[in-house]
Amino acid sequence: MPLVTTPNLSAPDDFYEALIEAHKDLPSEESHALNARLILLLANHIGAIEVLREALQAARHSRPDR
Amino acid sequence: MACASLGYGSDGKTIQAFEFEYQRSPDQDAATPVRHPVVVVGGGPVGLSLAIDLAQRGQRVLLLDNDSKLSTGSRAICFAKRTLEIWDRLGVGDAMCAKGVGWNVGRVFFGNEQLYRFDLLPEPGHERPAFINLQQYYAEAFLAVRAAELANLEIRWKNNVVALEQDADGVLLGIDTPDGRYTIAADHVVACDGSRSPLRALLGQESKGRTFRDRFLIADIRMQADSLATNRPEPDAIPLGAASFPAERWFWFDPPFHPNQSVLLHRQPDGVWRIDFQLGWDANPEEEKKPEKIKPRVDAMLRQALGREVPFELEWASVYTFSCLRMDRFRLGRVLFAGDSAHGVSPFGARGANSGVQDAENLAWKLDAVLRGAAGDSLLDSYAEEREYAADENILNSTRATDFITPKSEISRLFRDAVLQLSKHHPFARTLVNSGRLSVPATLHGSSLNTQDVDRFEGHMVPGAATADAPVRLPDQQRGWLLRQLGPGFTLLLAAGEGSAALAAQLSDMRLPVPLDVLTISLPAAADSTAALADVDGLVAQRYDLQPGNAVLLRPDHHVCARWRHPDADAVGRAVTHALAIH
Repeated sequence: MPLVTTPNLSAPDDFYEALIEAHKDLPSEESHALNARLILLLANHIGAIEVLREALQAARHSRPDR
Repeated sequence: MACASLGYGSDGKTIQAFEFEYQRSPDQDAATPVRHPVVVVGGGPVGLSLAIDLAQRGQRVLLLDNDSKLSTGSRAICFAKRTLEIWDRLGVGDAMCAKGVGWNVGRVFFGNEQLYRFDLLPEPGHERPAFINLQQYYAEAFLAVRAAELANLEIRWKNNVVALEQDADGVLLGIDTPDGRYTIAADHVVACDGSRSPLRALLGQESKGRTFRDRFLIADIRMQADSLATNRPEPDAIPLGAASFPAERWFWFDPPFHPNQSVLLHRQPDGVWRIDFQLGWDANPEEEKKPEKIKPRVDAMLRQALGREVPFELEWASVYTFSCLRMDRFRLGRVLFAGDSAHGVSPFGARGANSGVQDAENLAWKLDAVLRGAAGDSLLDSYAEEREYAADENILNSTRATDFITPKSEISRLFRDAVLQLSKHHPFARTLVNSGRLSVPATLHGSSLNTQDVDRFEGHMVPGAATADAPVRLPDQQRGWLLRQLGPGFTLLLAAGEGSAALAAQLSDMRLPVPLDVLTISLPAAADSTAALADVDGLVAQRYDLQPGNAVLLRPDHHVCARWRHPDADAVGRAVTHALAIH
């Protein structure tokens, strides 16, 4: 199954708020650590290496143009 | 006999102090260089295993070693199942396993706390454990004792190869001895002369790859069993009895007693524990080797592990760095490279000596077949091809472990720590914790010696795979092990069924370049009392995905090279010649 990049979140605004909330009051170092743990948890949930590779590539290719 | 004091009951001190005698050879007085079919250079575990294997196959073997002693220090201490199975074939597996210690329980610590404990519950139905811990000098001593039993294997100690020339007809080796220089000729030379391989240098070759900017201290300490009673407050957590410190593997990431570095503890025979302290690149190797520097490090570790200090003796210490590298080609004409001379890995995962012994077994039967004229020279190319592939796999695994243990960037460290933090409560993260993946043999998927499957099979025993062991019932009704029933040549493992008796008869009349043993096995699905073996627990059928009438062709080094649902004699014959690189 390819990486889903069309809308798939059941409640986009709720998720976004929860994501920001999860980082509330954390110093930036701990925020980075939280992000790392989050990525690992989500990666395990996805499981399939092909999908994860696609996601890594999509993330890498979405760097802002400078 | 010179090896008497190296008998299987010898202790480590005796073995390490033992000096083999230099003996003058008649070759040194010959008017023209005496020719040898095969010369092995280097008497470590790889060279000894290769020389024994070749000699068992009936070849006249000369092994040259530039020294007169076995390994000093414990060095490679972890010997994996595959190595033990190879050594079974060489007649030393029982001695290795009797002396070695096994472990199944491992613990991973991060900072102050234990993250988790794991039990490598061995898969039932294999004769040998996943690995044993054994000092390298014991392994070499047992091999040297075995080598001394073989009349057609000659070892010349203090014979230092200092010159090498080869042409289409052979190799000339110039050898320095206490009596001066002499020259011999050889059909083939195998360089098992270690990571700094003088033979590699003589041929102007190098091993290329990645060197890690880090240093590690190995401290082997001996502890008295009766001094190990513990007063640690959590007896449930760590099972320490009065008589034993646990035979477990403990790995600390960033422990309070050695901040920002890793520490590994595991057990060897004779009450010796190996402790690996990561030191970082800036450490001074000479300083760190000093006992007065090591003692406080060990004391601090013991205080953390046992809750108190324990008297110990420092047996051996070494500071090492490592590289993951290999030669471009493991074969240069008539010179072949095996073990550390050909490739280097980090110590994480025990892939150095283990992969070297697998090199040796891959090469032994091929050299034998070529020397007998049963196969052409191109069979030796397959050695290089297969073992270069295996080396890449080992280098990949050991590099990954190294990058986990010593992250090379801030972000790598961030993810490493995130994995460790998650692993305490989330089992998935434990699969990512990499303190060295256990050495398993490479499956030679793309080998040119494999015959491609024409039928569908499930499971791991694909062409190229190292054969899995399984319990069998022998003709005398005793239980035994499948691997022990395989002879030195090619074996067709044939599941009794329709047509199997006729096929066996046809194959016994067939003229092949090398002998082929047909080993019939009766599967539970179709019991056949005429079969040599019975698949008593059904594990042969399961592991090889066999049904009655199916067959699996095994090479002399016990790798699968072909399999069929409906084998016929011609196909089997073609697969044998194909596996000899006769096309």
